[in-house]
Amino acid sequence: MPKRSFSDVEFKEGSNSGSCEMNEVMSSTITKDEEYDIAIVGGGMVGLALACRLSSMPLTKELSVAIIDSNPALKSRVHFKKDEVPHPRVSTLTPATISFFKEVGAWEYIEQHRHAYFDQMQVWDYSGLGYTRYHARDVGKEYLGCVVENMVLCDALLSCLQVLFFSYPVQPMGDSSRVASSGNTIEPTHNGSSVKLCLSNGKNLYAKLVVGADGAKSHVREMAGLKTTGWNYPQNAVICTVEHSVENHCAWQRFLPSGPIALLPIGDKFSNIVWTMTPEESSTHKSMTRDAFVEAVNYALDYGYSSHPQSSFLDEFVHRISSLSGYGTASMAEHFQVPLKVTDLVSERMTFPLSLRHALEYASKRVVLVGDAAHVVHPLAGQGVNLGFGDAAALSEVIDEGLRVGADIGELSLLKRYERERQAANLTMMAVLDGFQKAYLMDFAPLNFLRAVAFHGAQFITPLKRNIVSYAMGEQKWPLFT
Amino acid sequence: MAGASLRVCQYLFRTGARLRLCGIYSGRLPLGYAVSSIFLPLTHLRYKSNSAITSAPIQNSKEVTNARVTVGDGGVSNVPHLRSSSNDAEVAKFAAIAETWWDFDGPFKPLHLMNPTRVSFIRSALCRHFRKDPFSIRPFEGLKIIDVGCGGGILSESLARMGACVTGIDVVDKNINIAQIHAGLDPLTSSIEYICATAEQLVTANRQFDAVLALEVIEHVADPSDFCESLSALVVPGGATVISTVNRSMRAYATAIVAAEYLLNWIPKGTHQWSKFLTPEELVLILQRASISVEEMAGFVYQPLTGQWSLSDDTSVNFIAFGVKGTTATN
Repeated sequence: MPKRSFSDVEFKEGSNSGSCEMNEVMSSTITKDEEYDIAIVGGGMVGLALACRLSSMPLTKELSVAIIDSNPALKSRVHFKKDEVPHPRVSTLTPATISFFKEVGAWEYIEQHRHAYFDQMQVWDYSGLGYTRYHARDVGKEYLGCVVENMVLCDALLSCLQVLFFSYPVQPMGDSSRVASSGNTIEPTHNGSSVKLCLSNGKNLYAKLVVGADGAKSHVREMAGLKTTGWNYPQNAVICTVEHSVENHCAWQRFLPSGPIALLPIGDKFSNIVWTMTPEESSTHKSMTRDAFVEAVNYALDYGYSSHPQSSFLDEFVHRISSLSGYGTASMAEHFQVPLKVTDLVSERMTFPLSLRHALEYASKRVVLVGDAAHVVHPLAGQGVNLGFGDAAALSEVIDEGLRVGADIGELSLLKRYERERQAANLTMMAVLDGFQKAYLMDFAPLNFLRAVAFHGAQFITPLKRNIVSYAMGEQKWPLFT
Repeated sequence: MAGASLRVCQYLFRTGARLRLCGIYSGRLPLGYAVSSIFLPLTHLRYKSNSAITSAPIQNSKEVTNARVTVGDGGVSNVPHLRSSSNDAEVAKFAAIAETWWDFDGPFKPLHLMNPTRVSFIRSALCRHFRKDPFSIRPFEGLKIIDVGCGGGILSESLARMGACVTGIDVVDKNINIAQIHAGLDPLTSSIEYICATAEQLVTANRQFDAVLALEVIEHVADPSDFCESLSALVVPGGATVISTVNRSMRAYATAIVAAEYLLNWIPKGTHQWSKFLTPEELVLILQRASISVEEMAGFVYQPLTGQWSLSDDTSVNFIAFGVKGTTATN
């Protein structure tokens, strides 16, 4: 009989009257220590996505899962207010992630809130020597991705969990203090068949498997003794929301000497800016006036540093050849477009330091890491959270396979299978992103030229462009070699 | 060149040709190919004769029931034709490495790696036979299953987690102790009943089960046909039997003995005797004589690149057979 525990009486909020009586009866028999199959530490996007995915598969939905997070909003579902102005923290979801959300049943909630599909992308740099335009039609798709605010994502996942709650004992439990601070410990039990989690509110929890979804400074990772490698980038990211006079349908990214600036559509004539720059510059930009900042953004995107890249005679030639042979792509014909002018800054500016971090092992006995706890990447290609969702999907598949053969879900060999699959994919993406980040840091004429060649190559060599687009969209597992 | 000749050999052996192919082997193939082809006619005879003939000097069929009886039947066998299937030499082999059962990287690593594949076959075969829901987390709820030769309990624990009421038996006392200790760690598996006994002793105790599993056991018993009779007596009429073993083929010699024992050191040397392997046809015949009709058979294939086993139609090395006991019970 699957274990159902309604430990916190105040959590009855989501249940209907039918199961209320059951709550009353059950809560009197619940002891102070509770046992779960899976404890997800961290109720962020990836943690919630994992819970949703587990609850949507026929075998895993009979497991008992607890979500541990210090955010009280998780426990008492405050209804999400649609803000006038988009919050600066957004994520770009690849089509692979979008289909994951559709499988889980959370996408319909996202479509009720603000979201922005985009089907075009333009990438160029400060030297004005080359540009690349990508279009979803290059690979026969409708859109390259969708930009959604993080709060909308979390809310959609929570709504999805609430709906599934009636048949699925998920327990979001708020802590009285943040998970990151001391007071929470994880220790293996004396018989080795489960892990004891001592929460900071005095509760003890036993779980067969602990999932660390608690972000880059993961406490679970630290307590499990899993080492990481990586380095800090000499860059900070400044993010904010800006407004245009018309709708934006394209994702723009320009590589500048100190880092790329990206302009992503978020819907309703708003766009999100992710601007990577040195720490000194980031503090300057954060403190300057709104108008000065808008001016700086337009300078960076449009007329600063160099003139607009033009297609040269050679490009026209290549384009004509390939369109005659029928092997070209739609975006080859498009000339460089000037990015949409930013008219106003509408949100606060937030800054974050950037780094690359990777856990050498994702799994140890009864503990596994997903999302940012396992890997942190540069935001230049909008891949970070998509890797996390990929982890959640892979882990739930592995747990499902394990249940199918009667395995203990905390068994190391099962978790290592997840690690093998995800480490390979994550490391490849990280290598690609880190390569880009390093390639664009140096202002050196021959390197600039090489980068320009790369831009032209990506723009006009169709197989390369298709590979790049498919890989970035998550449709293709490995870059280039499929 | 070696690859081409290998494929030819495999094709010929699969079609049942009994040719001496020593001449066309290149020097790169395992030596066993040439050597073991000599054994073939001799061992082929063994299973057609009665069980008194033994082929190798170190193995002796014992007629006496095992002295270490923990099944309360008074020690007297009232079914005299079921001789004990245990074998001192085999018992000693397993007793020596008993502590390493649950070490995932130890001598039993191949069994741990193979377990998920075996269990998925068992799950699909038993769910279909007993009409259980394959998408349930505990499909075997209400089924009584016995794992003959359970060893350290690798298979028994998987079955218990799927809801079955499991009894595990083994002749090596150490194995039963280890299995019991390990099963006690997890509340889901602590209900498994472990007994140190042979199948014959349980037959004399008149135990019956819905499903009898004997995986990787029959190649270690003294007499396979007597062992199958015991297994059949343990099953209720209309119940299921699953037996897995290694095929007595050239490829199995090269893979399961030469490669696994000598080259890769996956399992201790001497674990398997090629002459004791059964071909699928022989197993089907033996089971038929024990009134079990084999309904499904599959092979296991190891993928060296991914390090995983998978089910396939290729029964030339490891294979597993699912049979159903006839409902007109004869004994």
